[in-house]
Amino acid sequence: MSELPISIDKDLCTGCGICVGACPFGSIEMVGDYPEIKDDCRLCNACVEACPEGAITIKETEGEADLSEYRGVMVYAEQRKGVVHPVAYELLGKGRELADQLGEPLFAVLIGSDVKAGAEELAVRSADKVYTYEDPALEDFRDDPYSALMADLVREVKPSLFLIGATSIGRSLGPKLAAVLATGLTADCTGLEIDPETRLLLQTRPAYGGNIMATIICPNSRPQMATVRYKMMKEADVDQDRKGEIVKKPVDMEALPDRVKIIDYQPSPEQVNIVDAEIVVSGGKGLGEPSGFAVIEELAQALGGAVGASRPTVDEGWKEYRHQVGLSGRTVRPKLYMACGISGAVQHLAGMKTSDVIIAINKDREAPIFSVSTLGAVGDLYEVIPILAEKVRKHKGDA
Amino acid sequence: MSEGLNVIVCIKQVPETTEVEFDEETGRLKREGVDAVINPFDEYAVEEGLQIKEKYGGTVKVLSMGPPQAESALRETIALGCDEAYLATDRAFAGADTWATSYTLGLCVEKIAPYDIVICGLKTTDGDTGQVGPELAQHLGVPHVCYVNKILGIADGKIRLTRLLDDGVETLEAPLPIVISVSKDINQPRLATLRGRMGARKAEIKQITSKDVDADPARLGLDGSPTRVVKIFTPTPLEGGDVVEGTPEELAERIFQKLQECKVI
Repeated sequence: MSELPISIDKDLCTGCGICVGACPFGSIEMVGDYPEIKDDCRLCNACVEACPEGAITIKETEGEADLSEYRGVMVYAEQRKGVVHPVAYELLGKGRELADQLGEPLFAVLIGSDVKAGAEELAVRSADKVYTYEDPALEDFRDDPYSALMADLVREVKPSLFLIGATSIGRSLGPKLAAVLATGLTADCTGLEIDPETRLLLQTRPAYGGNIMATIICPNSRPQMATVRYKMMKEADVDQDRKGEIVKKPVDMEALPDRVKIIDYQPSPEQVNIVDAEIVVSGGKGLGEPSGFAVIEELAQALGGAVGASRPTVDEGWKEYRHQVGLSGRTVRPKLYMACGISGAVQHLAGMKTSDVIIAINKDREAPIFSVSTLGAVGDLYEVIPILAEKVRKHKGDA
Repeated sequence: MSEGLNVIVCIKQVPETTEVEFDEETGRLKREGVDAVINPFDEYAVEEGLQIKEKYGGTVKVLSMGPPQAESALRETIALGCDEAYLATDRAFAGADTWATSYTLGLCVEKIAPYDIVICGLKTTDGDTGQVGPELAQHLGVPHVCYVNKILGIADGKIRLTRLLDDGVETLEAPLPIVISVSKDINQPRLATLRGRMGARKAEIKQITSKDVDADPARLGLDGSPTRVVKIFTPTPLEGGDVVEGTPEELAERIFQKLQECKVI
């Protein structure tokens, strides 16, 4: 067995034990006068930073790759049936900011069977250059041909940053592309910024169900890749006066790998998708029983919104997974989010706290949901909601 | 396929709960009373492997990478009915991000080959990336399908399955060998029987080190990881707005006013 690449210099160490407390994983223990690092160390760097004596070092072999030729921010514009997914506009919004900070260009790449309208839209939404690949055989997303085209493009254009929406497609495509390019990929980022000193991308993401946040860099390989949560960034505005260039790239389907065949596709029956809904009314374990969702549905219907559900209710089978809001479900950012009988576990809050207005109804005054709500009502949802729904219906009827 | 299918299931040992608490004062995770368990998503991968074996015959091997104590998670899969278990454990593997993890797992899968299907859980509850499955497939040079929620059939070197996308369900057909990541609605994981547990106590968990797989040291562990964690912190505490009490009528009225004030209705 080899050694862990982390070591403590006993000449410098004073045995103060600060590192023991600094380790978020409890992997350092005092053994006699000195700290000792256990095998489950994750090399997260927390102790290295905490040590006042500089006694802890993580040994790394320096990368030799020439990174200077990589410039610009590239954004993958996902499309379904020719329609660009709005997460692409969010990536352009963030991408523009990062590109301006670096003083580098912003690129978008769009692959599909009819990409003209989409490319035009991307070009007026702040992309400097939109690369398109168009072929009838590229209508539906498949990992093989899509990632092969994108890998070629990255090798040619050499962007320094590559952003992909963390949709079900993006989460499949991103890792494959990162593995092909032998570069780092940070999953499900909720924050992206440029470190002004190093010009590296600081990628922040939740881990452990949102209980901790980690900031991650990709120092020695390019592009620095990230998948980005939908509904976390602000969309790029349309500016008709500032139109980017559209560059059509050739496609040779014969030369592309394409091992997995799509046999059938069934769109989900849901009329209102919780991610795109402007109003989401969610129910939690406070409903007490599965049939409690009837009252949630009544309110959602009165307001014209979609029904969301907390993880415990989905785990119990009260509601289907597609209704689940939270880190392990969907992130939502509606104009109004109503949390009814939801205590507000960290992982739930992570999926809805950026909503414009949050109203919570809960019996427990101490419920964490009240720490994020614009308005919290301490009461029995079964008593409050029917009265509220009636008021809303009456108001809408009058209007 | 009279000889059956060779299945390899990849699992990870993680802290038991997703509600890991962070101690604000000490800045570390509260680990007291938190056991290490099989990543909950991987339980579905193990179950699917067992169901494939029951239906098509063959073997189910389980592979994990981690510190020596991860052996207990592998032992549990033997108790459930898996045939063999392998633990990739070496200090050279430590600090691996998803790229280096999948590179290492790829070498181990090739070492314990042959394989027709490699099954991974959708993601882990600690790292929460969902990247190791697709990256592993790329290292192995085989196709990958994620979000698999049903295997429809396996025949003539092909697998037919469905997967759950954001907006619908796709039916796919792919050649074997393949790597799949399965979602939680694919099955209902079984519990180990007492007899299974007894048998698993004596089972041999085979260890794989970096030397056993001829690994390129520059691609392992921290050195082989393109990404670095530079900071770990607690999310900023949030501040709530008004919290009101009153009769149901009063509460409904307050909410109604707020809805109007915010122009939601």
